[in-house]
Amino acid sequence: MERAEIETIAHLARLELRESEIPAYLESLSRILELVGELNRADTSAVAPMAHPLPGLSQMLRADEVTERNDRERYQSNAPQVEAGLYLVPKVIE
Amino acid sequence: MSDRNWETVIGLEIHAQLATRSKIFSGSPTTYGASPNTQADLVDLGYPGVLPVLNGAAVRMAVKFGLAIGARVAPQSIFARKNYFYPDLPKGYQISQYELPIVVGGALDILLDDGAVKRIGITRAHLEEDAGKSLHEGLAGSSGIDLNRAGTPLLEIVSEPQLRSAKEAVAYMKKVHTLVRYLEICDGNMQEGSFRCDANVSVRPQGAQQLGTRTEIKNVNSFRFVEKAIQYEVGRQIEVLESGGRIVQETRLYDPDRGETRSMRTKEEANDYRYFPDPDLLPLVLAPSFIDEVRASLPELPDAKAQRFVAHYGLTPYDAGVLTASRELAAYYEEVVRHAPGEPIAAAHWVTGELAAALNRDSLDVTDNPLPPARLAGLLARMADATISGKLAKEVFEAMWASGREADAIIEEKGLKQITDAAAIGRIIEEVMAKNPAQLADYRAGKDKLFGFFVGQVMKASRGKANPAQVNELLKTKLSS
Amino acid sequence: MAALIQKTLAELAAGLRGKQFSSVELARGLLERIEAAQPKLNALITVTRDAALAAAAAADRDIGAGRGGPLTGIPLIHKDIFCTEGVRTSCGSRMLDNFIAPYDATVVARLRSAGMVMLGKANMDEFAMGSSNETSFYGPVRNPWDARLVPGGSSGGSAAAVAARLAPVATATDTGGSIRQPAALCGVTGVKPTYGRVSRYGMIAFASSLDQGGIITASAEDAALVLRAMAGFDPRDSTSVDRPVPDYTAALGRSLAGLKVGLLEEFFDKGLDADNERQIRAALGVFAGLGASLREVSLPSIPLSVPAYYVVAPAECSSNLARYDGVRFGYRCREPRDLLDLYRRTRGEGFGAEVKRRIMTGTYVLSTGYYDAYYLKAQKVRRLIANDFERAFRDVDVIMGPTTPTPAFEIGAKTADPITMYLNDIYTIGANLAGLPALSIPCGFVGKLPVGLQIIGPHFAEERLLTAAHAFQRETDWHRRIPPGYE
Repeated sequence: MERAEIETIAHLARLELRESEIPAYLESLSRILELVGELNRADTSAVAPMAHPLPGLSQMLRADEVTERNDRERYQSNAPQVEAGLYLVPKVIE
Repeated sequence: MSDRNWETVIGLEIHAQLATRSKIFSGSPTTYGASPNTQADLVDLGYPGVLPVLNGAAVRMAVKFGLAIGARVAPQSIFARKNYFYPDLPKGYQISQYELPIVVGGALDILLDDGAVKRIGITRAHLEEDAGKSLHEGLAGSSGIDLNRAGTPLLEIVSEPQLRSAKEAVAYMKKVHTLVRYLEICDGNMQEGSFRCDANVSVRPQGAQQLGTRTEIKNVNSFRFVEKAIQYEVGRQIEVLESGGRIVQETRLYDPDRGETRSMRTKEEANDYRYFPDPDLLPLVLAPSFIDEVRASLPELPDAKAQRFVAHYGLTPYDAGVLTASRELAAYYEEVVRHAPGEPIAAAHWVTGELAAALNRDSLDVTDNPLPPARLAGLLARMADATISGKLAKEVFEAMWASGREADAIIEEKGLKQITDAAAIGRIIEEVMAKNPAQLADYRAGKDKLFGFFVGQVMKASRGKANPAQVNELLKTKLSS
Repeated sequence: MAALIQKTLAELAAGLRGKQFSSVELARGLLERIEAAQPKLNALITVTRDAALAAAAAADRDIGAGRGGPLTGIPLIHKDIFCTEGVRTSCGSRMLDNFIAPYDATVVARLRSAGMVMLGKANMDEFAMGSSNETSFYGPVRNPWDARLVPGGSSGGSAAAVAARLAPVATATDTGGSIRQPAALCGVTGVKPTYGRVSRYGMIAFASSLDQGGIITASAEDAALVLRAMAGFDPRDSTSVDRPVPDYTAALGRSLAGLKVGLLEEFFDKGLDADNERQIRAALGVFAGLGASLREVSLPSIPLSVPAYYVVAPAECSSNLARYDGVRFGYRCREPRDLLDLYRRTRGEGFGAEVKRRIMTGTYVLSTGYYDAYYLKAQKVRRLIANDFERAFRDVDVIMGPTTPTPAFEIGAKTADPITMYLNDIYTIGANLAGLPALSIPCGFVGKLPVGLQIIGPHFAEERLLTAAHAFQRETDWHRRIPPGYE
């Protein structure tokens, strides 16, 4: 893996990496990709990908009912910054 | 507006909020306008450990739409995660559908200005969850996030890029708007954001096969703005290309105050959404019996209803189209005709004319109509039996609208009954002739134009109640003798 | 207390009903043991002393009134990955160090209504990512058998607590081996049920298609009792399976005569420590003596399970952990300059190195241009592995073998290269990819360190696994051994 790639990935994932850490991440990610590269040994031409471990199951449907009541105060007690019931973030310019 | 050398290519992506009681993946209510974050539960807030469970009504609504546009309803469709970071997206991903959407293909016919019908293909429609809202004003350097809307079910409807002008785009958008309200899957309220439209616009030289670079105009939320935004953008692109420039593929916003589109400060940048099937949701499998059951529950669709109106009531396609633009208006019309079976065309004119104008003026929906169908039918009957003239009928209509009383009562009270007694009309004519000897002499001398003057005077003298046809006939006789 | 910590759950329940001791006494005694052990083992992140004693008192009242069931008044510890209402739920991370869960996970609610008494939250690898409990924000957990060594992970705190008899039961989760591997290294019984058997609602997600909630106890008999109360369909979890939960205790006494046991040739490879293998083979001999027939089976794709896992799990976790952004809960960096800074620094500071590594790996394998080669490929290999298991289970009833390649290793020994750490899961990952139930039971010692025997079954064969494990535990007493200093 290249340094530029790590920076792109870290940006996509919104992770700030300290300059001093980058070589170590480069090294370990390269090693992981090496490990994962072994997958190419497998002949998978005859199989479909498996997204769920249990075969033949399908999504259940929920009745269209309101089951939740307003609990804003309790939930917002966990929030870092709240004003007038809104979650605050640094100003976003659109 | 289309330069003759250039062809405009437009595709529309419409997001219709589905009219379910609860959200697509949680049991929170979906009502509009609640105080911030009072309709956002743990699932909507993306708390650690929560999981989505799919609302069956949203599925049903999507299937209804697919069947109504003649699309293929996928027996198996998959929910996928669209991953990106934005404060109004609590989980850091949106649950949507990607490779296997619930509805594929389909088409809608639109009526062009010249009366021709054009079929617009629909690529796909899929289910997804809505994001929350950000407020940027009045918070001193911060933005405030309201997640009430997060998790509201959306049906994203993607058209093929087959629209060739702003007008076509509006016609298509209106058609979709009508259809989703007919199906009762969306209330179509653009001010509240339940029906949103993004337009993909490009131009290419006439006759060219390849598509030009397109721009996306986001969130244009009225028919008028869609038309203006597209017109502006097409003009802008042509200007750029003709002066040797290139179109940048980007997202643009329409500014209604300036009447122009401008580039959005890239909210998404070079976003790689890294779609993959959502492991918290299983494949959505729809049994043929379920699809059949939904098909059986479809109402008469707008096109079929319009065709029936043309065939059954003898209306023009245009009038039929106007009447069937809303299911409620069409139902009202048919009720009026039921009470006045001999007057389908008059009924059509009054419903699309006076009634529509009055509803618009008072900002009422046809469902809040103060004039029950039977009462309007009563007025039509009085016109048909010549009790009152067309002109006076308008006055009666206004009085009925305002007072809630029957036509007959108003006609009686105001003494508006049409005068049809030949003798009575004859007396009025003779009075008018006596009062205007000069004009009489001029007319008899050959000034035919004065006929209109005498008609006017007779109508005035009779306070508009004299039957115009009889006035014409009797005047001719008396003036000439 | 020394006598109490040797009792099975059934014996504890009988003792409570017979008023030989009260739930409050039991809880108090264990809380003292926890306090004493904490500086040495660091097995718990949060101790909920007052709530525990209140719950114990309520349980005593219920028992006194003749109400309650087989688990009323029995103490337990919850892995700090399960949301517990009103109590900090940290997931072993700085990101959630200040997070007080506003709701109970379904597992927590079910065990609470069964009358169990929560003593606290167990330490764990950060966001369940690890095989040694060394990535926790709260410091490593130590193995009660030898404090220089790791207990295994990610449910290291749960395994260490049960091994040291700080509680008879600890909930845990298993994504690539995180119940079975620490159970093996700590000499206790750990059960990972079939995918979808236990609700994931309230169980903080790492890799959604692999995560499963389970249990660590001193015996299969105890596990059967608790699993019965934990398992079952949950309408809040779309991936939970609507299938009745049998009484797992009912089948326990059954004979193993005729049980067909498969031995994976791929697991008895050069990676397996020779001493470990000796203990495993001896244990297999016990099964043969109980009437089971042993034969070799092969799962040719199983060597690819580690590579497949290290694509699928990071991919899912990179998405699952995107919600940790400092906006609605959890850690937020100080004085963010703008939105980008808020995200980058909150996540850069809130997550540890292993978590960041996996998020980046996951982001990479899902990105444009790499999705087919990595993610799609891994999901196809996953199906190959699942097919291999399915084929094998046509010929055998269960598969047995080692849980780990070696006994517990030194703290810090494998942290330099993530791959060496990942290879600890080499025998356990396959069951997660295929969604199969699997457990680990102590089957011997290498020197002073426990060795675990793994038993894997087809979907929903928990009864079969527990029966086999119980039969072994009636013939042997490995599971009754207590680490020196904790008797």
